[in-house]
Amino acid sequence: MKGQLQEQPIRPMPAARPLAAAERVKVLEVTARLRTLPGALLPILHGVQDALGYVPPGAVTLIAAELNLTRAEVHGVVTFYHYFRTAKPGKQVLQLCRAEACQALGAVALEQHVKRRLGVDFHGTTADGRYTLEPVYCLGNCACGPSLMLDRELHGRVSADSFDALVGVAS
Amino acid sequence: MSVRVYVPQDATALSLGADAVAKAIVGEAQRRGVEVRLVRNGSRGLFWLEPLVEVETAAGRVAYGPVRVPDVAGLFDAGFLEGGRPALGHPLSLGVTDEIPYLKKQERLTFARVGITDPLSLDDYLVHDGYRGLKHALAMAPADIVQAVTDSGLRGRGGAAFPAGIKWKTVHGTESAQKYIVCNADEGDSGTFSDRMVMEGDPFVLIEGMTIAGMAVGASRGYIYLRCEYPHAHRTLNAAIATAYARNCLGADLLGSGRSFDLEVRLGAGAYICGEETSLLESLEGKRGQIRFKPPLPAIKGLFGQPTVINNVITFASVPVILDRGAPYYKEYGMGRSRGTLPFQLTGNIKRGGLVEKAFGVTLRELLYDYGGGSYSGRPIRAVQVGGPLGAYIPASRFDVPMDYEEFAKIGGMVGHGGIVVFDDSVDMAAQARYAMEFCAVESCGKCTPCRIGSTRGVEVIDRLVAGQQPVKQEALLRDLCETMTHGSLCALGGLTPGPVLSALNHFPEDFKRHAKAAA
Repeated sequence: MKGQLQEQPIRPMPAARPLAAAERVKVLEVTARLRTLPGALLPILHGVQDALGYVPPGAVTLIAAELNLTRAEVHGVVTFYHYFRTAKPGKQVLQLCRAEACQALGAVALEQHVKRRLGVDFHGTTADGRYTLEPVYCLGNCACGPSLMLDRELHGRVSADSFDALVGVAS
Repeated sequence: MSVRVYVPQDATALSLGADAVAKAIVGEAQRRGVEVRLVRNGSRGLFWLEPLVEVETAAGRVAYGPVRVPDVAGLFDAGFLEGGRPALGHPLSLGVTDEIPYLKKQERLTFARVGITDPLSLDDYLVHDGYRGLKHALAMAPADIVQAVTDSGLRGRGGAAFPAGIKWKTVHGTESAQKYIVCNADEGDSGTFSDRMVMEGDPFVLIEGMTIAGMAVGASRGYIYLRCEYPHAHRTLNAAIATAYARNCLGADLLGSGRSFDLEVRLGAGAYICGEETSLLESLEGKRGQIRFKPPLPAIKGLFGQPTVINNVITFASVPVILDRGAPYYKEYGMGRSRGTLPFQLTGNIKRGGLVEKAFGVTLRELLYDYGGGSYSGRPIRAVQVGGPLGAYIPASRFDVPMDYEEFAKIGGMVGHGGIVVFDDSVDMAAQARYAMEFCAVESCGKCTPCRIGSTRGVEVIDRLVAGQQPVKQEALLRDLCETMTHGSLCALGGLTPGPVLSALNHFPEDFKRHAKAAA
């Protein structure tokens, strides 16, 4: 379709999808619980992501109002940190280490294998909605790499074969 | 009579199947009708032997490893619970744990209890000399505590190596109604895990160290800023803090001293830059982790604008032994201006990876070969990166340099947090240089231009250099860019990224010509 794109008038960013009622309840529950902490925003964003799996863009206005911050301040924090995601992840999150100690044991080749097997790039979710693949820079398992974390479970000495066994890929 | 069996709960041990092994041991014991008391200890740091199972015997603790689930029944058959001769002849038997040379030759001051005690048992901690440092400190004038830390020669173990006592003295001397103790547990450097091992294996030592800091400078509140990539450490710290409160080691009137200290864990969110102290403080305040200009120093205006001691995990964890045994005891270890011990971490392509706590002065060669046993792949070691992603790549010709802050600086390297990442001869050093720039681009906080833009341009220049497009010009450009980043960046991320890039270029120039040659 290249070359056929019409120039678009500059428009403000579309409003985020409004929060579903159940999500709204969760977000308010988290803010009510944590808002009095000094420096409450990070604990609240963690709380929201723990409850919903992500920080929905629609939650930004609500969190901002609850903490008496601007939307820009909250949006700025959400997008600064790699850990917070703004799209719903798959059933399980797979964090693959890209750092030097794992590189020294073949992490680059493993990364290619993982992407091929799952059919996604980093930050992508598999077609069946099962896994979201994310890069991570060090899991502190540097003597036994390459390493990955599946949800909160750490795996060391990962090979192409052991990866396939872990995610249950039929060969 | 029940036999005590130890199966580590350290994250590395878990990553190699320790939970399944623990379960299999309990199940097998039940089937055979024998009683075992399972203790989930920290790791001894002999990671190539994990899961390392220990059994308490009359001769001391006896180790077996690496134990897999299918090995468990055989260990019972060999009578490993009795610790007799047949068990010691078992192929997985390692003999008495303390006699394993890798452990025996170490000088474990900070790691004295890690792997030995049950991390969550305060009683275990007390039996193994825990809280003796704090008790001494509570009997001392605050200025004397600061003086003891200064006299010990302890320098910040997070990487910058700033004398801890000087930092404490500044906070001590700054008047304020509220002061803070902040622990930097954002151990983001690849090739490091000593903070994690302490937090998972001996959390009370960190709590005690921070409490002593609070008593020394007059701070009543502390935060541990922990990276969210460490869920196991998070659980252990929270459980240990709850126990410390329940047993009156934290909170109001702690240990009946009339003093109070409150402590809380806060989670980071995957930003490497938050290991930089001012970024970390911003993050703790609930903001983007962008670095601050210095001055003012955090010791004067730190968290929420108040005087703040900010040190890393190992620094705080080294304080209790200093207050317990005295500054001269600690200072006796080490060389030059690097006093005491450093927990080195042998990682990457290494046969016997793990934690080696030694006095400063040990050489890289001793660590890599005497302890590490050479590479994991069996190929020659070509380069090691010391001190994290911002540390220089060291070629084999420099392996005899002693591990000492000043000696390492002389060869353009840095000891940093003591992480050592080993690469064999299959490594492409141009790719490593490119990665250093790429990492800086991903993790830059964006505040200063040399780091934010320079890192992206650095990737492009290295790509052109490697592709052989006007290589002489590109190399000059890369060196010029590195100089700008070194001198023009606000913090160590942009300022030190040229370290790995230039060391790769200077020591391994052939790797930057490989592709151009292939094309020609």
